[in-house]
Amino acid sequence: MSQLPLRAQLASALGRTAATLSRATGRGDGSVIGGRVGLLLEPDLLRKLAHEKKLALVSATNGKTTTTRLIASALQELGEVATNAFGANMPAGHVSALSSNKAAPYGVLEVDEKYLPEVLDTTEAGVVVLMNLSRDQMDRAAEIWLLAQKWRRALAGRPAHVIANCDDPLVTWGASTAARVTWVAGGQRWHEDSWCCPECGGPLDRAEGIVNADWACRECTFSRPEPNWILDGEDAIDPYGHRWRLDLQLPGTANRSNAVVALATAAAFGLEPQRALPRLREVKSVAGRYTTVERDGRVMKLLLAKNPAGWLEAFDVTRPDRPIVLSVNAQGPDGRDTSWLWDVDYRILAGRHVYVTGERRLDLALRLDVAGVGFILVDDFSQAVSALPPGDIDVIANYTAFQSIRTEFGRAV
Amino acid sequence: MQSSLRIVWIYPDLLSTYGDQGNVLVLEQRARRRGIPVEVVHVRSSDPVPEQGDIYLIGGGEDRPQILGAERLRRDGGLHRAIQRGASLLAVCAGYQIMGSVFGGEEGQPVPGIGLLDISSGRGERRSVGELAAEVDPSLGLPTLTGFENHMGVTRLGPGVTPLSRTLVGTGNGDGTEGCFAGKIIGTYLHGPALARNPALADLLLRWAAGPLPAMDDSWYERLRNERLGAVLKP
Ligand SMILES: [Zn+2]
Repeated sequence: MSQLPLRAQLASALGRTAATLSRATGRGDGSVIGGRVGLLLEPDLLRKLAHEKKLALVSATNGKTTTTRLIASALQELGEVATNAFGANMPAGHVSALSSNKAAPYGVLEVDEKYLPEVLDTTEAGVVVLMNLSRDQMDRAAEIWLLAQKWRRALAGRPAHVIANCDDPLVTWGASTAARVTWVAGGQRWHEDSWCCPECGGPLDRAEGIVNADWACRECTFSRPEPNWILDGEDAIDPYGHRWRLDLQLPGTANRSNAVVALATAAAFGLEPQRALPRLREVKSVAGRYTTVERDGRVMKLLLAKNPAGWLEAFDVTRPDRPIVLSVNAQGPDGRDTSWLWDVDYRILAGRHVYVTGERRLDLALRLDVAGVGFILVDDFSQAVSALPPGDIDVIANYTAFQSIRTEFGRAV
Repeated sequence: MQSSLRIVWIYPDLLSTYGDQGNVLVLEQRARRRGIPVEVVHVRSSDPVPEQGDIYLIGGGEDRPQILGAERLRRDGGLHRAIQRGASLLAVCAGYQIMGSVFGGEEGQPVPGIGLLDISSGRGERRSVGELAAEVDPSLGLPTLTGFENHMGVTRLGPGVTPLSRTLVGTGNGDGTEGCFAGKIIGTYLHGPALARNPALADLLLRWAAGPLPAMDDSWYERLRNERLGAVLKP
């Protein structure tokens, strides 16, 4: 039986009821509403729930939902794992996740970048996983230099073991006040937010390449730490120099990077790669991301991309010979500002059959026109699908556009 | 006019947070479609600003990069010399504030600007985030300004500049005006792709540099403008 005090148990039970209602009424995955009810009744609930578990917090601009899933899958090798599998990554979602599986000895929580200091303070998690920081929807996200500085303050003087991507200079800076860091050369495809030294503002000299590329400040001593884990093509190289062929079902370099981070995190929990890796290979899709859906012979791969770095990662797993449907909205969770479209280099799509839709399709249409990319504007996703011949199709959408497509296919997972 | 139009993008490594590249791309596209050859120069903050450009662009960014950018521009002096030579400049958001005498730093402390515009900025009480629409000063002969703002700045205009526009929706400078201009320098809080939403403003910069321009097909620009203005200026 749970060690939680009665009041906390009651709060958590009521939270679960609300979550069930939310799912039953079709209003969502239920993960946020359950947590909100719980937090209202017991502000210390998260602290109490967290203290019963060995906990990892996972934060980044991109890939945190997928990496959370990978780490949770790996740790299942050790025992039950409570996790916020639906990407509800603020404290209400954390309460909901931890109370849904109170008996689980392990917890893996995806954490919004802004909330990391607060959640770390509340949960006193033993492991913190930090992967990348880049510009995100700017009207709602925090400025990333400031964010990294808050991470530094939050980690200083704590016993937490940090797993951090040393190919990202801003993440490296954010993590480097921690008492103990395992550095992972996990790669960085988007360089536009890290040409300057976060420590002194001087220019960073960067070696060519996306993964395991060295960097150093020209004006101060800030430089890339020696990595303990390295992503090398299709392989992970562990701290002992052993090579592990990843063989994931999830596609693309970004997911191989997420997997190496997951292996390093599993190792921090005492789980060796030969036991963790088979678990990672079982993951096919994450809350609809990378999943394949079908309608009338059209086989569509669904990709979520919310910001410029995310679009680069998505392009990496699309195939040039396939038609592609792009859908962009600008509701609250997407950011109401579409200016980020101008940071994405769409020229890679030139020559493909491109269909443009979503509530802000005119923003995207002009963006493509200026990039010299031909496209067809359609009213909605269904119109794009029926305009295309049967066969394989790539689909990239930002957050609410993705959710609405996913809903058309019965909330595909 | 010289053989090719030189567009200089200042400090994309520090000040390009809000899709500021859009302004560069729009100018480039609209010049090329008129048959004007274009050379685009990206100037990193560790490099000198060339003096021989025709149109200079500087964008938005966080507080620390803004302070670094101001220091480097002042030390470098290249932009000042280019403006004296008669180049034009579009300065956006943090870049706009830098052009004044002073702006607010991380804690609201006054930080000296580079003095190319007679303005002074400070930190306001709250962040202004959202769509903006404004009527442009009649002397410029431009249609309604549309764009997105996201800043905490309040900017006071001195007698040496003219307000770029009067706001219909949104905050802008904070006194009912948005942006300003003086000579061939334009400053605005409309970040990122301000020129994508306001192609006539892009053409004004191009005309200052290259003289009269033939018309071009503006249909995608116009559709986007109409949709955005329609969304914020509902009757
Ligand atoms: Zn440095």
